[in-house]
Amino acid sequence: MSIFDKFRGVERRLAELQAAGGRNPFAVVIERPLSSTVGIIEGRETLLFGTNNYLGLSQSPRAVEAAIEAVRARGVGTTGSRIANGTQSLHEQLEQHIASFFHQKHCMVFSTGYQANLGMISTLAGKGDYLLLDADSHASIYDASRLGHAQVIRFRHNDPDDLQKRLNRIKDEPGAKLVVVEGIYSMTGNVVPMAEMAAVKRETGATLLVDEAHSFGVLGPNGRGVAEAAGVESDVDFVVGTFSKSLGTVGGYCVSNHPELELVRLHCRPYMFTASLPPEVIAATMAALDDMQAQPQLRSQLMDNAARFHAGLNGLGLTTGQTVSPVVGVVLETIPEAIMLWNTLLSLGLYVNLSLPPATPDHHPLLRCSVMATHTSEQIDRAVEIFREALSRLPAAA
Amino acid sequence: MSETVQDVSALIINKLLANPKVPRDITGSSKIVEDLAFDSLAVMNFVMEIEDELDVSVPLDRLAEIRTIDDLAECIVSLKKGS
Repeated sequence: MSIFDKFRGVERRLAELQAAGGRNPFAVVIERPLSSTVGIIEGRETLLFGTNNYLGLSQSPRAVEAAIEAVRARGVGTTGSRIANGTQSLHEQLEQHIASFFHQKHCMVFSTGYQANLGMISTLAGKGDYLLLDADSHASIYDASRLGHAQVIRFRHNDPDDLQKRLNRIKDEPGAKLVVVEGIYSMTGNVVPMAEMAAVKRETGATLLVDEAHSFGVLGPNGRGVAEAAGVESDVDFVVGTFSKSLGTVGGYCVSNHPELELVRLHCRPYMFTASLPPEVIAATMAALDDMQAQPQLRSQLMDNAARFHAGLNGLGLTTGQTVSPVVGVVLETIPEAIMLWNTLLSLGLYVNLSLPPATPDHHPLLRCSVMATHTSEQIDRAVEIFREALSRLPAAA
Repeated sequence: MSETVQDVSALIINKLLANPKVPRDITGSSKIVEDLAFDSLAVMNFVMEIEDELDVSVPLDRLAEIRTIDDLAECIVSLKKGS
């Protein structure tokens, strides 16, 4: 019995994956980005359709300059956690900036989006409380449910009636009830029916937390996410999100009007016991947020591009998610088909993400694509064309 | 109406047998992960169906302790009794 025995199953599956397609899909290296939409992979110029860089701001000149200036003035790191020696004036500025953007009174900034979910959910839902999760929740939410001590109940994906039914079953239980939904689900691109979820919250008195990781900067007239788009921001108790998608940097946040968010700082272990964001990341994040606010056309361009890509793939007979969003999950029937298609796409110069069960809903493999505001129409049409070419190369039995 | 562990176990087995991939010879002592080859997601999705059938919610932390079909039945009966 070796301590490594538990990894043998994954080792075997990885070997099968590599044998079937020639590559390890979890070890793709982007040797160098040439722009937000093109990178060098395996020495070739490759169209990037799998980077979550929705507004293309990872390459924002304003953010680059702000980061350089911050590094020169402050150095490269804080060497401490927020509650010890790791809080600088920049952290407070960023928190004020984010709170003001969301029209909320309080903000906590975390070192990653994963930690924001892990910390907020595990801290808010304590012993004796109930945590109600969408069945298709992100791993950070499931991990939060294991770190915390609440009783965890899953409800059917994007189904407010099912949530209501499950809340009714525990309505006489004394603990607080925290409901967690995501604005855009990261695998399928499905958008939460936010108005209906907010109605369930109002009716049951539950606390509502929305993870806007993939919808911040994407949905809503001002980019505040799905709650803004649905006109129900006042029903949301906590908004969690990340800087690593629309803003192109790294880090997570939680905003709220509840003054108790300040007390969460002193209970939340993933916030308390990790190094804080370095100065250059904070400076770049604030600059990217300014960029995003100064260019609302990025959002309309993004949605136009998403619609074009969605329609192009559907035109090839491919199955995608229910709603048009910048996350486009192409649903495939079999794992061998998904592996072959993904490998052929990459060889032809198109990078997307290969997602395999059980990390996907319903046991179907997915080719998960993400569209950017900075993709040109020609790049989108080219990506669809590469899909057409790759499909034509699939053996009939795949 | 109060179901016994045996009733609930029989109901679970019936529900499982509706899936053609499940071995035909399962009993209450069959192990859900090992004998049925269910992964974690499949277990959670299957339990959701049973929850709706019996109008009960099985918290995920309780699920972690369950190995056999009878364990699941016992857990559901105790949840329905309010413990």
